[in-house]
Amino acid sequence: MGLPGVFFYLFSAVLLASALMVVAARNPVHSVLFLILAFVNAAALFLLLGAEFLALILIVVYVGAVAVLFLFVVMMLDVDFAELRQGFLHYLPTGALIGIVILCEVLIAVGGWAIAPGELASVPVPTPPADALSNTEAIGNLLYTRYLFYFQLAGLVLLVAMIGAIVLTLRHKEGVKRQSIAAQNARTPATAIEIKKVEPGRGI
Amino acid sequence: MSFWEAYFWPGVLMAVISALSMVVLLVAIAFLLYGDRKVWAAVQSRRGPNVVGPFGLFQSFADLIKFVLKEPIIPSSANKGVFLLAPLVATVLALSAWAVMPVADGWVIADINVGILYIFAISSLGVYGIIMGGWASNSKYPFLGALRSAAQMVSYEVSIGFVIICVLLVVGSLNLSDIVNAQADGIGTRLGLAPSLLDWHWLALFPMFVVFFISALAETNRPPFDLPEAESELVAGFATEYSSTPFLMFFLAEYVAIVLMCALGTVLFLGGWLPPLDVAWLNWVPGVVWFLLKILFLFFLFAMVKAIVPRYRYDQLMRLGWKVFLPLSLAAVVVVAGFLQITGWAP
Repeated sequence: MGLPGVFFYLFSAVLLASALMVVAARNPVHSVLFLILAFVNAAALFLLLGAEFLALILIVVYVGAVAVLFLFVVMMLDVDFAELRQGFLHYLPTGALIGIVILCEVLIAVGGWAIAPGELASVPVPTPPADALSNTEAIGNLLYTRYLFYFQLAGLVLLVAMIGAIVLTLRHKEGVKRQSIAAQNARTPATAIEIKKVEPGRGI
Repeated sequence: MSFWEAYFWPGVLMAVISALSMVVLLVAIAFLLYGDRKVWAAVQSRRGPNVVGPFGLFQSFADLIKFVLKEPIIPSSANKGVFLLAPLVATVLALSAWAVMPVADGWVIADINVGILYIFAISSLGVYGIIMGGWASNSKYPFLGALRSAAQMVSYEVSIGFVIICVLLVVGSLNLSDIVNAQADGIGTRLGLAPSLLDWHWLALFPMFVVFFISALAETNRPPFDLPEAESELVAGFATEYSSTPFLMFFLAEYVAIVLMCALGTVLFLGGWLPPLDVAWLNWVPGVVWFLLKILFLFFLFAMVKAIVPRYRYDQLMRLGWKVFLPLSLAAVVVVAGFLQITGWAP
């Protein structure tokens, strides 16, 4: 098994335990913190596979940005978890169904891999050997040549989401005091202050 | 090869080197802190720390002993686990980023392929210490400080990311040692001069250097962007409820992160360990000395900014991040990439 095997089981065990705690924790903030722990352990598993670029991107994007916003929202909202749990039995069948579908898909994918490992060699774009090309270059080559249109499509979807978020939240209320940065920057001593010569003992 | 040769002895060696560099780093930070206070005092025509030891040099160590010997106070309504975890997270993350920092040619603990990405990832996690501490204190001011810092650090990370991408486009590698070595030739050598400080990226990417410097100030919650701990509005921000060693750890994490940003600026823009001129007696000076001098230079700039510039208002801070730096750095990525493509200089 060797040392990588030991680390694999360590990271997977922590990953599964923290994933369980995401669901089981009573405090929603603790849930998010366990989710972050799960992300970090998933990144560690990527590292063990030699996919260091994916591992660090996972940390930058999910842990550094997405989870911060999760934490931000969960901290601000006053979530009453006892209330949320009341509908548990009601939602159980749907949740269980989704879980079973995902489990079946994973089983089919992994099963196919285990039964016919030769099929992996016949994929349209074979994995380049690890010593010939660094991780980052391999992903870049694939993403910006073969899958360029999918890449741009993904960007477009994100753009639409961004515009949607702006349209939903941007509103111009009447009677709200706003900062006008241009007006503030345009102020000079000549327009802002007036200097008066004060005679001693006289006042203005 | 046995287990001992393959894993154990390299592991022990790495642990010893890491411990040694951590000690050096912490001692260096003790004196940098003293230097920071002296610069700040000099700008305000004060003396600064001058009592403990010769010229007050041991002030930081006296502070350390004071913090450690004080009684830690944990508010009764605080979330105890997260409250104590937060300063630990902050310190460990700040220290762990140093693992990939090359202080001289080949002097690096982990020379990994994606070093710059690792530093970016670790510094993007730095916000967790603050946000956890602010929330776990269960009090208004720390919470407001935590929310501010979350928004602020996420905003400025974006422009730091684009600045890093600009440098990566010029270098063509994510390895920090490669980034430094790529600065051995640049504008100066293309003009036919000997290798000198004109080759470093600060000249070729000067606007990005400025954006990086200001974003680094905001990313490390340094004045004039120290809104998360603005004492005139929020008492001490996220650190209000902290005392004793936990407070010391937050304080330490902040300074480690600041020195890390100085080191990153050195690697990305100031040529790392390269000597400023290609002269024999300058080349004999060990690379680590140049690296330290450049860090000191950037740290001096950090200290001067703290002393000179008044604190930003929160909306100004957000405007600067999103409406000025983000478009500017995004445009710079396009311009640099286009320029490299047209001239054929892309690596």
